[in-house]
Parts: sequence; structure tokens; C-alpha cells
Amino acid sequence: MTLTWMAWTWQTAAFFCFIAACLVGMVIWEWRVPGGSPRRGILALDTTRGDRLFISLLGSAFINLGWLGIAGPPLWGAIILSLIYAFCVFRWV
Amino acid sequence: MNEKAPYQKGWIFVIPVVALVAFNAVIPLMTVVNYSVQETFGNNIFFFEGIKWFQAVLTSDRFHAALGRQLAFTATILAIELPLGVAIALAMPRKGPWLSVCLVLMALPLLIPWNVVGAMWNIFALPDIGLLGKTLNNLSINYNYTQQPAAAWVTLIAMDVWHWTSLVVLLAFAGLSSIPDAYYQAAKIDGASPYAVFRYIQLPKMRRVLTIAVLLRFMDSFMIYTEPFVLTGGGPGNATTLLSIDLVKVALGQFDLGPAAAMSIIYFLIVLLVSWVFYTVMTRKEEA
Repeated sequence: MTLTWMAWTWQTAAFFCFIAACLVGMVIWEWRVPGGSPRRGILALDTTRGDRLFISLLGSAFINLGWLGIAGPPLWGAIILSLIYAFCVFRWV
Repeated sequence: MNEKAPYQKGWIFVIPVVALVAFNAVIPLMTVVNYSVQETFGNNIFFFEGIKWFQAVLTSDRFHAALGRQLAFTATILAIELPLGVAIALAMPRKGPWLSVCLVLMALPLLIPWNVVGAMWNIFALPDIGLLGKTLNNLSINYNYTQQPAAAWVTLIAMDVWHWTSLVVLLAFAGLSSIPDAYYQAAKIDGASPYAVFRYIQLPKMRRVLTIAVLLRFMDSFMIYTEPFVLTGGGPGNATTLLSIDLVKVALGQFDLGPAAAMSIIYFLIVLLVSWVFYTVMTRKEEA
């Protein structure tokens, strides 16, 4: 069975490897510091580490889509903005 | 020693579910992501295009129009079905033989397949032979959902309300049934009005089931395809071309897999975002 029907490209493979690396990283983090670090952040939401990763990834997707729809390519600005956003989410949300 | 071990092997039982979800959800989603950055003319030959299709979809008037129609449809049916469902649930008997009759009547629309619902309403609302269409025209109301966009919208919303309000009713009724009699007795002793009983006892106790109702109805109505496709086919013109109908036109009608995949991902992200926001907002107050 080949995977040619899935039409892989190295760019999409790298994207999914990044997502998988995030999940593996979260598993290792949980293993080192169990409990998920629940807290109530500035949005008054009760979040764990997993919630914060989800909010970061989902928000980053919309930052990139918004950038693409308004400013167009390249997306370097959106990627930097996403990293800042993810840092803020993990630090304060 | 009744303490449970801190580490259990329960996760082993989750593996079959993970494998099943991987096959029916993750792998197709990965394929869609792969298609969204490529162009194909068939025969499994692809050309890398980068983010071109995403930009094309995001700046397309056609996509904006379909998204606007989709949001309008979902907002309208939620605004009708939720209050109506709660009102019907409140009006239903709590016990006795009529309860079973009401529950069966409420469950009936939910048992009908979606394409049958579309076909039923298609015939029911036809202006020349349908019971509804013919009656309205005999009452001198100019109604023809095959030619008038407003009539098509009214028919589409009426069909969805008919089909899915029962789900809200059953969920709300389940929530009401779980309220102990002691709450009502306490309210009676305090001389609470029917509105106060609803506002401070019934509504808070229904919050969890209404959260589920909003989420289910939002996701289902936002992804609706079969019923409007059978009823109007997206017409007249593009008046009822909702996002899912437009997506199928692009993917299967035009065989533009790249733009269709990009559109699917944007569609999926919108559903994911709105569902998360609804869930977070509606469960936050409960936990506070």
C-alpha cells in the first residue's frame, strides 16, 4: 500500500511533524510536571496546559488566515505574531 | 488499603478508539491539508501551489456570500428553535399517559432521514400541487419557493424548525425532569411567580442540556447539506447556496480539489472556533 493518494509534500509533512512534536512535548512536560498546571488566567478561564496549546494553535490558524486575507503573502509577519500570541497564552491565559 | 494506584494501564483500552479515529478522521484530514496546497488535473498528479488557494478563497466574494448565508441561516434557526423547544418542553405534561404520546410525537421528526425530509417539504411546499404552497396561493399569498428567494428561505427555515426543534424539546424536557420536587415546593412556600420559578430554578437547571442543544444545533445547522440540497438545490439563483452546498459544487461539480480543500479547512476551523467559544462561555458561569 502506497501513500501516493494522500499527495504528501514535504511542507505539509513538516507541518504535521510540528503538531506531533507539540503533542510529544506536552506528554513529556506532563510526565515531568504532572497535573496540567490548571489556573485561572486573564480571560477568567480555567485552563490547563493542553487547553493553552489548543487556544494557541487555533488562534494561530486564524492569525495566519487573517493575515493572508488582509495583507496577503508572505506569512512571516503572521508567524512571528502567532509565536508572540502563543507565548502570551502560555504566560497569562 | 482502598487507595487506587496513581498510575493505571487504562490508556491501553483507548488504543482501539485512537486507531479508529486515526483512520476515519485524522488521515482524511491530513489528505485534505495536502490537497489544499496543490493543484491536480486528476490521475494522482499534483503540482505544489503553496497558500494560493487559501488566499483565493479568503478574498473570494462567492465564499463571503456563502458564509454570510450560512451564518444567517444558523443564527435564525438557533433563535427560533431554542426558545420554541424550551417553551414546548415546559408545556408538556410531566407524568401520565399523555407524556408518552407527547414524547413519541416529538421523536417522530427525528426518525425521518434527512433526504426524505427534504423531499417531503419539496412536495409539500410546491405552489401548484403542494398542500402548503397551494393553500397559501389560494389565500392570495404569492408564494413560490422555486422562484422567490424570500419564500425559499422561509421554507428552508420552516423545514429545519419542523425537523430539529424536537431535539431541543427532548433535551430541555430531560433537564426539567431532573429537577427534584423539593425545589418547586420551596418556591411555592416562598410564593414565587411562574416567571421566577422559570428564571431561578428551571433555567439554571437546564443550563447543561441547553449547552448541548446549542452546540448540537449550531454544528448540525452550520454543516447542513442534504435538506437544502433536496429542497432548493441552492436556488433560486444562489439564494440558498449555503457553505456546504457551495463546497460540494467546487469539489465535485468543478473538481477543483485544491480550492475545495482550502475551503474545507477554513470551514472546519470556523466550526471548531465557534463551538469552543459557545462551550467555554456557557460552562464558565456554571463553574464560577
